[in-house]
Amino acid sequence: MTVAAEVPSASASVRSNARPLLQSEAARGLALISPTLAYALVLLLVPIIVVIAYSFWTQNYLTIDRSFTLENYRVALTEPIYRDLLMRSLGISLVVSVATVLFAYPIAYYISFHGGRHKNLWLFLITIPFWSSYLLRVMSWKVILGYNGVLNSGLMGLGIIDEPSTALLYNSTAVVITLTHAWAVFAILPIYVSLEKVDRTLIEAAKDLGDGPVRSFLRVTLPLSMPGVISALLIVMIPTVGDFVTPRLVGGKDGVMIANAIQAQFGKAANWPLGAALSVTTMVVVTAMAAACVLLLRGAMRLGR
Amino acid sequence: MKALARKWLPAYAGLYVIFLYLPILLLPIFSVNASPIPQFPLTGITTKWYRDLPKTPALIDAAWNSLIVGVAAAVLSTVLGICAARAVTRYRFPGRRPIQGLIMAPLVLPEIIIAISMLLILLSLGLSLSLFTVVLGHVLICIPYSITVLVSGFEGFDRSLEEASADLGETAFGTFRRVTLPMVAPAIISSLLVSFTISLDEFIMAFFLAGTETTLPIYIWGQLRFAAKLPGVLALGTLMLAASILMLTFAEAASARRTPHR
Repeated sequence: MTVAAEVPSASASVRSNARPLLQSEAARGLALISPTLAYALVLLLVPIIVVIAYSFWTQNYLTIDRSFTLENYRVALTEPIYRDLLMRSLGISLVVSVATVLFAYPIAYYISFHGGRHKNLWLFLITIPFWSSYLLRVMSWKVILGYNGVLNSGLMGLGIIDEPSTALLYNSTAVVITLTHAWAVFAILPIYVSLEKVDRTLIEAAKDLGDGPVRSFLRVTLPLSMPGVISALLIVMIPTVGDFVTPRLVGGKDGVMIANAIQAQFGKAANWPLGAALSVTTMVVVTAMAAACVLLLRGAMRLGR
Repeated sequence: MKALARKWLPAYAGLYVIFLYLPILLLPIFSVNASPIPQFPLTGITTKWYRDLPKTPALIDAAWNSLIVGVAAAVLSTVLGICAARAVTRYRFPGRRPIQGLIMAPLVLPEIIIAISMLLILLSLGLSLSLFTVVLGHVLICIPYSITVLVSGFEGFDRSLEEASADLGETAFGTFRRVTLPMVAPAIISSLLVSFTISLDEFIMAFFLAGTETTLPIYIWGQLRFAAKLPGVLALGTLMLAASILMLTFAEAASARRTPHR
C-alpha cells in the first residue's frame, strides 16, 4: 500500500486496491460467522423447510407418500377439534401477551425512571425467578392455585371466601396466570431498554411547554417506548402459542392447547404430516395475529398524536 | 401522575416482585415440610426428602446426563457464539442482517416447532436419538443467548489496543491470545454459565430429542405424575434453583468486572 502511494500513478492503483481490501473484510466476516451460520442452516432452516414439505405429504402407517396434497391442511383447518384448539391457543396467547405487557410496563417504567443507582440490582432481582426450572414454576402454580392450595387457604384464612374455590385450577385462567408469570422478564427487559433510550430532556420540554405529567407521559414517553412494547408483545405472543407444558399441568380439560395436539401427532398418534401441517398453520396464523397487533398499535399511536 | 409515581409505583413494584418470587419461594418451603402434601400450615420440618435424593439411582443417572449435556452445550454454543459475535462486531459483510436474524430466530420461535423440526430431520437422516441429539438442540437455543452476552462484551473494548499489538509485531493469533482474549474473558465466562443454566433447565427440546435417555427435567416430568413423589421433586428443584442462582451470580459478577464503577 505505502509503496503504491509513492508511485506517480498512485490514485488508480489505490482505487484498484480498495476493492480487494473491502472484499477481504467481507470475506473475513463471512468466514468467521460461517460455522454458526452453517449450524443454524442445517439444524434450523433446513428442518423447517422439511416440516413444510412434510405438511404436503401423507403417511400410510410407516411409509411416507410424497405426492402433493392439501388434505392435512383441510383437516387442520376444518376438523372442529383442531380449529377449536387453534382458536383457544390464539386467544390464550393474545390475552397472555397483552396482560404480560400491561403488568410489565409500570415495573420497567419504575426501574428506568426511579431505579436510581440500583437499576442493575433491580434487573438482576427480576431475572432470577426466570432462571429456575420452568417445569417447577408451573408445578408451583399448581400448588398455589389448587383446591387445598396456598391461595385458597389464604383467602379462607382472611375470611374472603367460605369454601375453597375450584375456579382457580384446571382451566384457561390458570394457564393465563402461569404463562403471564413465566414470560414476565421477556416483557420487562425490552420495555426497559426502550424507556432507557427516551431522551429525558424531551419530557422536561413537554412539561416546560405546559403539558401535565399525564399528557407528557401519553404524548412523549409512551410513544417513544413503543418499539419496546411491540417487541415485548411479539416475544411473548409467538412462543406462548406453542407451549404444551403449562396446559398439560394446570390447564385441565379446558386449557388444552394446539401444541398438545402437535405433540400427540409426533408421539402416540404418529401422524407426522398432520403434525407438520398443524405446526405450519399455527406459525402462519400466530404471525398474522402478531402483525395485526403491531399495525393496530402503530395506528393507535398515529391517531393519538 | 407524579404523586402516582411516587406513592403507588414502589408499592406496585413490591407486589410485582412478590408475584414473581411466590412460586420460587414455595419450592424450598414445601421441600422441608414433613407432610408430603404441599399445604399450609406446615406439619413439621424435615430433611428426609433431601436425604432420599442420593438413594435414587434414576435421579443420579439423570443428573450425570444433565451435567454432560450442559457442559457440552455450553462449550459448543459459546464457541459458535464467539465466531458470530466477533464477526458482527468486527467486520461489515453482505447479508449480515438476514444471517443474524436466522441465528437469533430460536429466541422468538415456539420451542415445540424447533423441537419437532429437528426431530423430523434427525429421524429422516436415520440418526438415533441420544444425549448427543439433545446437545445439538440445546446448542441451537443457547447460541442466541451466548451471542447477546458476547456481543456486549466485544463491543466494550478498544480496538486500537489490538491495532497497537499488531503494529508492534504480534501475529494475528498472538494478538488474539494476549490482547483480545483477556479483555473478553469475562463475557466468555458469562456465556458459558448462562448456556449451561439454560441447558440444565431446558425441557421441551430434551423431551423430544432424548429418546430413551433422561435429563433432570425429563426425570422431573416423569415424577410429576405421582403425588407421593412431589416432595422429592421439590427438594431436587430447590437444589437446582440454588445451583442456577449461584451460577448466574458468578456470571453477573464476571460481567460486572468488565464495567467497573459505572
